Amino acid sequence: MDSFQQTIFKLKNYWSERGCVITEPYDVEVGAGTMAPETFLRVLGPTPYRVGYIQPSRRPADGRYGDNPNRLYKHQQFQVILKPSPDDVIDQYLASLEAIGIDLAKHDIKFEEDNWESPTLGAWGIGWQVMLDGLEITQFTYFQQCGGIDLELPPAELTYGMERIVAFLQGKDSVYDIVWTPPVTYRDVRYADELQNSVYNFELADIDTLWKLLALHEGEAQRLIDLYPKFPDKRRFPTLAAYDHVLKCSNLFNLLDSRGAISVTERVGVIGRVRKIAVAVAAIWLDQQSVAEQSGAGQRAEVHA
Amino acid sequence: MSLPFLLEIGTEEIPDWMIESALAQLVQNTVALLDESRLGATIPRGDATPRRLVVRVDDVEERQPDREELVVGPPKAAGPAAAAGFAKKMGVSPDSLETQATARGEYFAFRKRIQGRAAADILSEALPGLILRIEWPKTMYWTADRAIRFIRPIRWLVALLGNTVVPFEIAGVRAGSVTRGHRKLGKPAIPVTIETFDAALGDNGVLLEAKKRREKIEAETKALLDGTGLRPKPDPDLLNTLVYITEMPTPVLGCFDERYLELPEEVLVTVMRHHQKYFSVEDAAGRLAPRFIAVMNTDADPEGLVRRGNERVLRARFNDAQFFWEVDQQRKLADRIPELANVTFQAKLGSYLEKTERIAALAGDLARKTGAEVAVVERAAMLSKCDLTTEMVKEFTELQGVVGGLYAKAQGEAEEVWRAIYDQYKPSSMEDAIPATPAGRLLSLADKLDTLRGCFAIGLIPTGSKDPFALRRAAQGVVRILVEGKLELPLGELTGGDAQLGEFLLDRVKYYFREVRGFRYDEVNAVLASGWDNLVDVEARLAALQAVRPTQNFEPLAASFKRIQNILRQAEFKGGDACREGLLEPGPEQQLYSEFRRVRDIARQSEYPAALEAIASLRPAIDLFFDKVLVNAPDPDVRRNRLALLHDLLTEFSTIADFSEIVTQ
Repeated sequence: MDSFQQTIFKLKNYWSERGCVITEPYDVEVGAGTMAPETFLRVLGPTPYRVGYIQPSRRPADGRYGDNPNRLYKHQQFQVILKPSPDDVIDQYLASLEAIGIDLAKHDIKFEEDNWESPTLGAWGIGWQVMLDGLEITQFTYFQQCGGIDLELPPAELTYGMERIVAFLQGKDSVYDIVWTPPVTYRDVRYADELQNSVYNFELADIDTLWKLLALHEGEAQRLIDLYPKFPDKRRFPTLAAYDHVLKCSNLFNLLDSRGAISVTERVGVIGRVRKIAVAVAAIWLDQQSVAEQSGAGQRAEVHA
Repeated sequence: MSLPFLLEIGTEEIPDWMIESALAQLVQNTVALLDESRLGATIPRGDATPRRLVVRVDDVEERQPDREELVVGPPKAAGPAAAAGFAKKMGVSPDSLETQATARGEYFAFRKRIQGRAAADILSEALPGLILRIEWPKTMYWTADRAIRFIRPIRWLVALLGNTVVPFEIAGVRAGSVTRGHRKLGKPAIPVTIETFDAALGDNGVLLEAKKRREKIEAETKALLDGTGLRPKPDPDLLNTLVYITEMPTPVLGCFDERYLELPEEVLVTVMRHHQKYFSVEDAAGRLAPRFIAVMNTDADPEGLVRRGNERVLRARFNDAQFFWEVDQQRKLADRIPELANVTFQAKLGSYLEKTERIAALAGDLARKTGAEVAVVERAAMLSKCDLTTEMVKEFTELQGVVGGLYAKAQGEAEEVWRAIYDQYKPSSMEDAIPATPAGRLLSLADKLDTLRGCFAIGLIPTGSKDPFALRRAAQGVVRILVEGKLELPLGELTGGDAQLGEFLLDRVKYYFREVRGFRYDEVNAVLASGWDNLVDVEARLAALQAVRPTQNFEPLAASFKRIQNILRQAEFKGGDACREGLLEPGPEQQLYSEFRRVRDIARQSEYPAALEAIASLRPAIDLFFDKVLVNAPDPDVRRNRLALLHDLLTEFSTIADFSEIVTQ
C-alpha cells in the first residue's frame, strides 16, 4: 500500500515522463489549483505548456473543525495542464490511474458531465467529473475561456482530489486516517490546520480588517494595472505581482463569505471587483507575452543577420 | 444499384441527456440529405452510446438518376445570331436548341442533360456539414485552430458505403473503417465492415442498442433481487440516464447500515438518486430497504470491489446527511429568518428576506379572499425559505422546501404549517401533483406569483428557449393550482395588473386546457373569448361546451352565431338600441324573440350544461328566421330593430363561450 506522499510522487513521475514541468505549490493562498499562475496565466496565449503540481486549496466555508471525515478547509489538489490537449488525453489520464495502483480492470470508471465555471476569474470550461466506483476522483476540464479571453490552444486540465483518491487506495473511511508516510497519518500532519483555521474563519476573523485588506490588495492590483499602458519596458512590468494581489482578494472574499459578512447587495459587487482586476491582469499578461515574443524574434533575427 | 451505408461518429463521453436528441437530429439530417440528393433510400436507423452516434441506411442508390433541365435563352425574335450565342454558351450547336412558348412569347431553349453524381461523392461532401449541423445545448472547441465546435472532441469516424470508405475529414480526424471498443473491455482499434460492425462492437464490450442496454439493466436488477422480496423503486428518468452513461451496463446490489433509515426517506433517496445515480430499493409495502442498485459501465465485479467502493461512498454521503440533520436541528427555522437577508433571490429583486415578507403578505391576502386560515398560511410563508440557510439544503439543493417541511415537523409546527412548507415548490412538473393542502396551495401560489411579478417587472421575460428562472413552469403551476385547487381568485388581480404577465399566463392557460386536459383548440378559444379571469369558471364552461358539442343542434347553432356576428359587423352595428317588440313582424321574427326570452330565462338560472342545452335549442327558431326574414329590411327602423334583436341574442348567449370561435364542418 502506497502512502499519501508515495502516491503523489508516482503522479509527479508519471506526468514528468510525459513532458510536464513539475513545480511545487504556489506560495500565495488559492481556492483551487486553477488559480495558481501556472494555470491561470499559462493557459493564455499561443505558447504550448505542460505542468503538474500539488496545490493546497483553501475553501474557508468547507471547514469542519477537523470533525468531518470527508470535508476539509484545505485539500490537496494535483493539478495537470496539458496545452494543447493531446488527442489521447483521456487514455493518458486513465493510464495515470493505473500508475498509482488503480487496476481499472477491476473497477468502474464513468465520465459524468460536469462543466466548470469561475465567475470571479472570468473562466469556464467543458468537461466531466470522473467517477471511480461511485466516487468523484477527478475534475476533467477542457478550458475554453480564462480571464474573459478565448484560449488559443485549448488546454486540458486534470484536477485530482488527492485525499479522496488516497483514502480510496488505502481503504480509509476518514481522510484523517490516511497514512501520509508510516507511521505519520494525515491527522498528524493536518488536523491542527483544519481545527484552527475553522475557528479563525468562522469565529474570530475580524470582518472589518478583512474588508480593509481586501480594499488594500485590490487598490495595489489596480494601481499596477493602471501603470501598464505607459510602462516603458513592458517585459519588466510586474504582472505576476499584480496577480498575487488578485489572489489575495479572492481568498479574502472567501473568508468574508464564510464569516457570513457579505450581504446580498455587496456580493455581486465584490465578485465584480475581483473579476475586473483578474480580467485586467490576464489581458496584460497576454499583451506582455506578445511583446516579449516580438522582441525575442527581433533579437534572433539580428543574430542571424 | 443500391448499397448499404454506415456512419459512426466516435467522440469522448457525451452528456447522457443530450444523446437522444442528437441522434434524432442526425437521423433527420440523413433523411433530408438522401431526399435532396435523390439517393432514394429507406428510413435510416440510429443508435447511440455515450461515445458514438451511429446511423445506418440499408439501400442508398449508388448514383443519382440522370435528369434534364430546361435552360431558357434569348427570345426567338432576337434572331439567329442570339441563338448562336446562346448555343455557344451551352456548348452545343444551334441545331440542338428548341423553342419554348412562354407568356411573353417564344424563346430559344436548351434541354440540358445532367448526369447523376455518385453517392460516394455526394456523401463525401455533405457528411461534415451533416454532422456539424447537429444542435447541442452547449459546445466546445478543442483543436488549436478552433475551427470546429462540437459537444465533445471527435476522436474517430467510420463512414462506409458498401465496402468503400467515404472520405472526409473533421477536425483532423479522417473517416475510415476502424472503430473503437469499450474503454476497458474492448480493443482501441477494430477494423470493421458494415456486415461485421455490430458483432465487432459486441465482442469489444459495447452494447450498441439503447434498448438492449435498458433490458440488461432491468433483467439483471430483477435477478439480483430475486427471492429477497424487494424491488427497485421505479425511476424511468434515472434508468434512461444510466442507459446513456454506459456502453456495457451491469447492475450491482449494495447495502447500507439500517441505522441510516432513521433519516427521512426523502434525504436518503435524494442522495442515492441525484448524487450517486443509484436505484433505491423497497419492500412489498413500499418501505425503503437498506439496499441500493448501482449500475457499472463494465461487465462484472467478481471481487466485489466496485460494490464495496460504492457502499463506502454512500456511507460517507449518509454520514454527511446525518451530520447536517443534527447540526441544523440546533437552531429553529424561525431563528433563521434574519439570515435570509444574506441570501440573494435576484440582484434587483433583493434578498430572500424581502421575498419572504412579500410572499407572507400576498399569501395572507389570498387566504383572506379564499376563507383559508390566515395565521397558518402566514406562518408557513414566514418559515418557507428558512431552509435555504441550512446545511442540508446547501448540500442537497434539490431538497429545498422538503427539508424545511421536515424540519418544521420535527420542531413541532402544526401539520398544516409543515405540510404547506413541504409542498411549496409543487407542482414541479406537469406530472407532479399540486400541493395537498389549502395552505400549501396558497403558499405555492404566492411564491410563484411573487417570482413572476418580480421578474416581469424588471424585464426578465422568457424568450424562446431561454427561461433561466423557470417562469413558464411557475406560471403553469399557478394555472394548475387555481384550476385543480378550485381557487376562484381573479387572475387579473393576481398578476398585479401586469398586462404582459397576463398574456404570459393566458398562453399557459391555453396550453393547459389543450395539451394537458385535451380540450379542442376551438373550444378553448371560444370559452376564453368569453373571459378568463376565473379559471375555475373557465373549466366549468369548457366541460359544459365539450358535453354539448356532439348534440345535433350545437354546431349548426354555432354556424348561425358566426353568421350573426358577420351581419352585425357588416352593418357596423355596435348595439345601444333596445329591441322594440312593437316593430317585430309576426311569424318567424316574433317566434325568435319569444324563443330568445324563453331561453334567456332558462340560461340565466341554470348551470352551464343546462344553459348550453337551452341555447342549442334556439337553432330551429334561428334557422327559420334566417330562412324567412330579411335582416336588411327596406324600412330603416325595422332594419335597426332586427339588428338589435340579433345583437341582444349574441350578447346574451356569449357569456359562456363565443360560439363563433367554434370551427364547424
